[in-house]
Amino acid sequence: MPDNKEIDQLSGVETTGHEWDGLKELNNPLPRWWLWTFYITIIWGIGYTIAYPAWPMVNKATAGLLGWSSRGEVAEDIKAHEDKNQALVAELVAADMTDLAATPDLRRYAVARGASVFRAFCSQCHGSGAAGATGYPNLLDDDWLWGGSIDEIAATVRYGIRTENDDARFSEMPAFGDFLEEAEIDAVVKYVFSLSGGSIDQATLETGRQVFLDGCASCHGDSGLGDRDQGAPNLADAIWLYGNDPEAVKTTVKYSRFGVMPGWDERLSEADIRAVSAYVHSLGGGEE
Amino acid sequence: MSTTDPAPSLYAARVPIFPRRVSGWFRRFKWVVMIVTLGIYYLTPWIRWDRGPSLPDQAVLVDLAHRRFYFFWIEIWPDEFYFVAGLLVMAGLGLFLFTSALGRVWCGYACPQTVWTDLFILVERWIEGDRNARVRLHKAPWSLRKFRLRITKWTSWLIISLATGGAWVFYFTDAPDLARDMLAFGAHPVAYTTIAILTGTTFLFGGFAREQVCMYMCPWPRIQGAMMDQETLTIAYRDWRGEPRSKHRKTEQAKSAGDCVDCMACVNVCPMGIDIRDGQQMECITCGLCIDACDDIMKRLGKPTGLIGYLALSDEAAERSGSTPTPIWKHVLRPRTILYTTLWSLVGIGLVYALFIRSDIDLTVSPQRNPTFVTLSDGSIRNIYDVRLRNQSGNAREFHIHLSSDTILRIELEGTEQSQSVVVPADSILLQRVYVTARPQDPAATADVTEFRFWVEDLDSGSRAFKDTTFNGKDTE
Repeated sequence: MPDNKEIDQLSGVETTGHEWDGLKELNNPLPRWWLWTFYITIIWGIGYTIAYPAWPMVNKATAGLLGWSSRGEVAEDIKAHEDKNQALVAELVAADMTDLAATPDLRRYAVARGASVFRAFCSQCHGSGAAGATGYPNLLDDDWLWGGSIDEIAATVRYGIRTENDDARFSEMPAFGDFLEEAEIDAVVKYVFSLSGGSIDQATLETGRQVFLDGCASCHGDSGLGDRDQGAPNLADAIWLYGNDPEAVKTTVKYSRFGVMPGWDERLSEADIRAVSAYVHSLGGGEE
Repeated sequence: MSTTDPAPSLYAARVPIFPRRVSGWFRRFKWVVMIVTLGIYYLTPWIRWDRGPSLPDQAVLVDLAHRRFYFFWIEIWPDEFYFVAGLLVMAGLGLFLFTSALGRVWCGYACPQTVWTDLFILVERWIEGDRNARVRLHKAPWSLRKFRLRITKWTSWLIISLATGGAWVFYFTDAPDLARDMLAFGAHPVAYTTIAILTGTTFLFGGFAREQVCMYMCPWPRIQGAMMDQETLTIAYRDWRGEPRSKHRKTEQAKSAGDCVDCMACVNVCPMGIDIRDGQQMECITCGLCIDACDDIMKRLGKPTGLIGYLALSDEAAERSGSTPTPIWKHVLRPRTILYTTLWSLVGIGLVYALFIRSDIDLTVSPQRNPTFVTLSDGSIRNIYDVRLRNQSGNAREFHIHLSSDTILRIELEGTEQSQSVVVPADSILLQRVYVTARPQDPAATADVTEFRFWVEDLDSGSRAFKDTTFNGKDTE
């Protein structure tokens, strides 16, 4: 209102009428450059919302004329990274895996790539340190159910264990609880532990051995050393997939086990399968 | 205050300064400092230093891409950055020391702003003439001659600036390669951008901003005020000798006048455009040119030199009364400067010591604790260790890894087929997985924790290094 207009005596500038302890605020206009910068930012902002995704619509925001998206940017980054590794990947896919040690650079790449594949797809069961868990094999040791050469590991990874795939590792132990007496089962469990140094009395040894030779030796071998062709575990060593404990072994004998591992041939690329096999092979138990 | 007074302006327009040519001891000293410092700056990147086939052969190189800093025989990796930090601490303490003893010697002689401005003024004088000619040219309206002189001057400045910015990037990449690439317009855009920015700042700071950089941009003049005290040697005007100043030497009143003839020589040569006779000023960079100018006049008048000179403010009383002032060594050697020297030396000795005890084998051992141990099929207990070996030299080195312990432990290296030797490529770190195994009957297999020592030996030089670590046995309750 013109009536209330108050001019500051000292500077000749209009005041806002606000007063604090006698101090009045001058109503100086904004500097020109500031004002123009402000207008330019508005114009810029409008242009920006047209060029880039911005306005929320019912289902999604406007896409923007430049077609940029953060997802697209990530995809580009991944693509750029893969392009960079293309030569190594091609080399890895073509390589003779049994002779990987002869090409240290390729091996280093395969192991590093395999480590990240392992963490993403394998660590859920085998653990981030590959130490496994009860029922999930420890990949750090020197014991292999199906073979520890790099190609055998790759075959296991590719087709899985007890899957629908025709090439999958497959074996099934009978549930001996259906045929054997409780006492016979106890005896054979004691006998199995005696193979790796467990104490046993003579009578149980006789019974246990007989039961073993009749029912178990066809797969696990007369000395209990197992058979990798059938995936029959070595029973004479110190490694127990389901626990170093008579009760656990008894459960296995009685009801059998049926551990499965998915096949990865459809989910992982050939390079990833080879890489993760090289990684697992490098963990400490790799065989020739 | 009357209502018509305009609000006081906080803006001070620059008063152009046209320093006059001067000759004398300080001027010569400044030329020498300029040649030495600029020589070091421009030539250092071109010094070669052989480090073997796979390392750069540039004596001083900040290799940002590979995170290496090369300084002649010293190579610093990022984890050794404390050496650089130590050098910065020494540089700081050195400044404190010099400032507390000799005032703003850094500003006056060694600061890049001073050196480059000096160079720019020199070029300006060659092209446009000395002070009076430059003042005339400044006041003259634009003409073909003024235009020609200005263009020549600016072009010369620009060439110096380009050389300055250009030299900078040579510290970060192999200089001959980069120079070749740059001439072929094939160098990295970052190189061109850096050169452009530094060329621009050199041109502006050396050609136009000059003393304003010291007065308005630089914090150092304010900090230096705190580093100086009454005992500090600094440049001052002996007013007790010079006052009252008088231009009229032949008249009667000149008999009672001081030595100062008010010739303005000290003001005309000052690159900061101040009058030293006004006393200590924040603007004074103590370049000593006023001393040269005044001494020259005093000699011509047959009077003793030193009307303007280095003195400590604490000596004023003694000088005024005509008695002998404190000797210079007493100003320089006092608790404050001795303290700075001691601190400076301690840091320096520490750095040199650290440099010499730096092992040329760098070994780190990280035990893998996920899981803490692995049971093998024969019941053996195995622990896994990630051993990192660093090879800072320019040649591949072969290292032998073994262990020592009070009990029986076996060592095996992943992927080496029974061999206990690994080859670490030049200038890199090798990660080697190492297995340590105790058989079931060995005490370490059942002991909770067994201590042992990893040894690494360079088979060629015989130098060794070790790291203590532990072995986890199977928990037998």
